[in-house]
Amino acid sequence: MRRRVRFFSPGWVLVPLLLLGSAMATAKEAADAAANPALEARVMAVSEELRCLVCQNQTIADSHADLAVDLRNQIRSKLQAGESERQIKDFMVERYGDFVLYRPPLKATTVLLWVGPFALLALAAFTLWRTIRQRAQRLASAPPSDADLARARRLLKPDLAGPSDR
Amino acid sequence: MKRFLPVIVFAVLVGFLAIGLKLDPREVPSPLVNKAAPAFKLPLLAQPEATLTPADLRGKVWLLNVWASWCVSCRVEHPLLVELAKTGTVPIYGLNYKDKRPEAMQWLRERGDPYLQSLSDTDGRVGIDYGVYGVPETFVIDREGVIRYKQIGPLTPESLRDTILPLVRKLGA
Repeated sequence: MRRRVRFFSPGWVLVPLLLLGSAMATAKEAADAAANPALEARVMAVSEELRCLVCQNQTIADSHADLAVDLRNQIRSKLQAGESERQIKDFMVERYGDFVLYRPPLKATTVLLWVGPFALLALAAFTLWRTIRQRAQRLASAPPSDADLARARRLLKPDLAGPSDR
Repeated sequence: MKRFLPVIVFAVLVGFLAIGLKLDPREVPSPLVNKAAPAFKLPLLAQPEATLTPADLRGKVWLLNVWASWCVSCRVEHPLLVELAKTGTVPIYGLNYKDKRPEAMQWLRERGDPYLQSLSDTDGRVGIDYGVYGVPETFVIDREGVIRYKQIGPLTPESLRDTILPLVRKLGA
């Protein structure tokens, strides 16, 4: 006996409901953006400079964490209230510390962060320069003897120089 | 000396990596420690018509524990808070963060209520003022209303015994 596919099972009723639900969820954010694109662009510009503390390698602009959404809303209302981007960043730093800034300020506690890589590069360059110079000096002060040269030649062309001296 | 240089460099590297392994990148030091606790006025969870502000608690050392019924780690630390409340060592106030009132009330009925009062921070604004980013969090606030310590993540028997309770005693609860 063939089973008839029942198209109007309760499961099928759910599909358009789910689609509607997800459309509504995205529409909520889209509506904000559509209402005032210039404001939304500024909200995004500020959010991109701020780290989301819940998912630490994302900006507040990228993250969908609840806190990031709340902070974006807060940034929006502060911009609407006429606060400057500087004031908003200060607001965030007061609460979450310099860690929220993707570009941390240069100050006593962050000097190592800013200068460290360059200091390491300088140290490496200095070590390299000194090693090369020392080697050149060593060669200049003690040139290889004839026996050394002959042995080097043998080692470099073992097939021409007869049996190896090892 | 020269021969041991690679060994020394290796040892230093291992040292740094070992320290790095022990650090928790999720624990961001709070700039709020040793600053005045941000002011707020929030309705009580149990009686929404009444409100409480930190100014009402001047002269007391108290804990502010941020919790929510949707927060899984809160379930882990909750028995510790219930135990602590029984000893009466320090008053514990709850900040019920971005929660729904019936669910929060239900949660407390099921697990016990260690809080003198819980405050409803429904939209999470006060949470933002307190730099909350990972519930549960616990603040120690002194008699002058200054935040003296912030614990991120659930309380543990060790953190209570070694850090929070000694600090509370020092501040003279």
